[in-house]
Amino acid sequence: MSDATANSTPATPSASSLFKQDDRVKRRNAAEKRFKAYGLTAIGVGVTMLIILVSSVLSQGLSSFRQTFVTLPITVTQAEFEAAEASMLKTGKYKKLIQRGLEQRLATAELGDVVSIKDAMGLLSGQAPADLRMAALANQTWPLRQEFRFLANGRVDGYFKGRVTMEIAERDSRISPEQLELSQQLADAGIMETRFNRGFLTRTDGSPTRPEAAGLGVAFLGSLYMMMVVLALALPIGVATSIYLEELAPKNRWTDLIEVNISNLAAVPSIVFGILGLAIFINFAGLPQSAPLVGGLVLTLMTLPTIIIATRASLKSVPPSIRDAALGLGASKMQTVFHHVLPLAAPGILTGTIIGLAQALGETAPLLLIGMVALVQNYPSAPPAGLEDPATALPVQVYIWTTRSDPAFVERASGAIIVLLAFLLIMNIAAILLRRRFERRW
Amino acid sequence: MSLTKLTVSALAIAAVSATTASARDQVQVAGSSTVLPYASIVAEAFGENFDFPTPVVESGGSSAGLRRFCEGVGENTIDIANASRAIREKEVAACAENGVTDIVEVRIGYDGIVFASRIEGPAYNAFSPSDLFNALGAKVLVDGQLVDNPHTKWSDFNADLPDADIIGFIPGTNHGTREVFEEKVIAAGCEATGAFQAMMDAGMSEDDAEDACLATRSDGLSVDIAGDYTETLAQLSANPNGIGVFGLAFYENNQDTLKVATMDGVMPSTASISTGEYPVSRPLYFYIKEAHIGVIPGLKEFASFFVADELAGPDGPLAEYGLVSDPALAETQATVAGAGS
Repeated sequence: MSDATANSTPATPSASSLFKQDDRVKRRNAAEKRFKAYGLTAIGVGVTMLIILVSSVLSQGLSSFRQTFVTLPITVTQAEFEAAEASMLKTGKYKKLIQRGLEQRLATAELGDVVSIKDAMGLLSGQAPADLRMAALANQTWPLRQEFRFLANGRVDGYFKGRVTMEIAERDSRISPEQLELSQQLADAGIMETRFNRGFLTRTDGSPTRPEAAGLGVAFLGSLYMMMVVLALALPIGVATSIYLEELAPKNRWTDLIEVNISNLAAVPSIVFGILGLAIFINFAGLPQSAPLVGGLVLTLMTLPTIIIATRASLKSVPPSIRDAALGLGASKMQTVFHHVLPLAAPGILTGTIIGLAQALGETAPLLLIGMVALVQNYPSAPPAGLEDPATALPVQVYIWTTRSDPAFVERASGAIIVLLAFLLIMNIAAILLRRRFERRW
Repeated sequence: MSLTKLTVSALAIAAVSATTASARDQVQVAGSSTVLPYASIVAEAFGENFDFPTPVVESGGSSAGLRRFCEGVGENTIDIANASRAIREKEVAACAENGVTDIVEVRIGYDGIVFASRIEGPAYNAFSPSDLFNALGAKVLVDGQLVDNPHTKWSDFNADLPDADIIGFIPGTNHGTREVFEEKVIAAGCEATGAFQAMMDAGMSEDDAEDACLATRSDGLSVDIAGDYTETLAQLSANPNGIGVFGLAFYENNQDTLKVATMDGVMPSTASISTGEYPVSRPLYFYIKEAHIGVIPGLKEFASFFVADELAGPDGPLAEYGLVSDPALAETQATVAGAGS
């Protein structure tokens, strides 16, 4: 029977059947497939670019987290310390003390006659005497007798990282193949080693001759101080503006004008804020140059529109029924806003603020004009006084390092980009988590 | 309301810190990107050897540095301007207008300008100013006629040069280096090829002819670089046939990728530049605001330290980086020692 039923269904379905696609449906389906393909291609292009960017930065920059060090026995007597401190070029005297330690170590390793002692000293960073002086100044009991770990020269470091080869050393007047051979022997003897480079995160920037000693310490503090200023100013001002415009202000031509201007301000190129900062905060208000305070103020102006727009959007998304209920129970307008609307809008406000901060964190152009693109080698002191001390910022450090002539700074710049990207990633993840955790849907 | 309190206190902090701007205790330096590495090296050594904080050294170019220098006297203006050229009359006048009247000029040494190309590129080993003028000038002399530069290959005008496309990366007009390049290379080449005479014969006044000489071709074969030497280097990586203008120190730091050409048969080196044999070099300066001496701690010490034999002398770290030390350094030291008294 079942056969008969099967046979009874028509061999070809009628024109209106759902099972047979007519031309129009086919075209529509094809268009839909194409549309999907466009989207996939767009995502593919974006993802490919991102992968290229990240992998090139990682491949060039990861090595900056490792650094070559030389361990030497150092003895400084009190008399030597006092003699060194009394001379004009103090580091020159400390260099002699390091040379003594190096000679000693080379003699015990039976490598004393590979190159002249001057060339052997060339394997060490110019930072070494300064580091020794710092240690000597902090020292209490004499004589100072210690195994010191000194930075190796940037070229030597490049040799162990594969950047500098014997062939390059042949042409380079700053390093010779013999010096590299000695480095190799020292590494084999365990005197020279490549290990984790904490200094990259904590040291100050070095001069163009010392890529090995360049670090992000000052840039970290500078960025942190600026973010503190931005947060302390932009959040309250932005939220107050939004609450007024959204909850209290009458809708008239003036508020419309303000609204248009705020949206406009969000699109103003950041360098314009730098010019404004120079004219108003430095030339007119007399604030110091290169200070994170001025940087923070400039970035506040830049971040405000972002925060205001985000805050207004999240205030708008709180349903009017909440307000009506609060007002109906006798709450004042202010109580309604602060007890009910603002807490419900808080996740959106926080997200907007974090995204605004992340934007400000990556900004270089306005800082150029207010003197923060500079070599700064003293850590700013603790806030609030430290807000006026000179400092740089993370993106600024990337920019400075890319303009330096020594190829070793390419690695440093990429390393700084990695650190900056890590921070942006953390901030953006925090924004997403906060939204997920606290967002209310109606 | 905690929020309003927060707003008020934040504003108060900003206001208070604005009014209590404490005395600046570090020297501030800005200016030429050519002098920047030297100033940075000295600043670093200064911080290591003295009890003063390390000076803050900014870049920005000679002109921008001098403009900021001339903004006035006071703690929120810079103390020292670096320049890769001497200060101009106009700038001195602008300074005086803003109350910056006593300016001490300090010459720290000389810098060589070299022509370098990719190490694997064509064999650009020897140039003369005439070659560079023929390659990069806007109007050149061909068969006795003054014409718009028709050359596209170096071998078009000098058979000894390689058969490679001309593309030159020269410093932009915002650089002090541009002035030296124009004066010592392009103008010299213009005269040597006879183009200058031809322009004069065509009825131009001497000034007009000089200006016409300095015009570089605008058909894309001569590219102005507004950024640093690293930008020139990046351009050379993209154009292996290119020839770039660099400072001697930059070249010495990048000998792994660059090779240098001789000028009139002389190899650029600190030795050949200090004797004057290598023709394309220029003095480097910094300018001290005398009114700040005694106000900003460490300013005078920093200036003296900069020109001390241990740093700017022939065996010092500056010479090691690529500075050609000044034979008359002792005079400069005396000038600095006498400043501010």
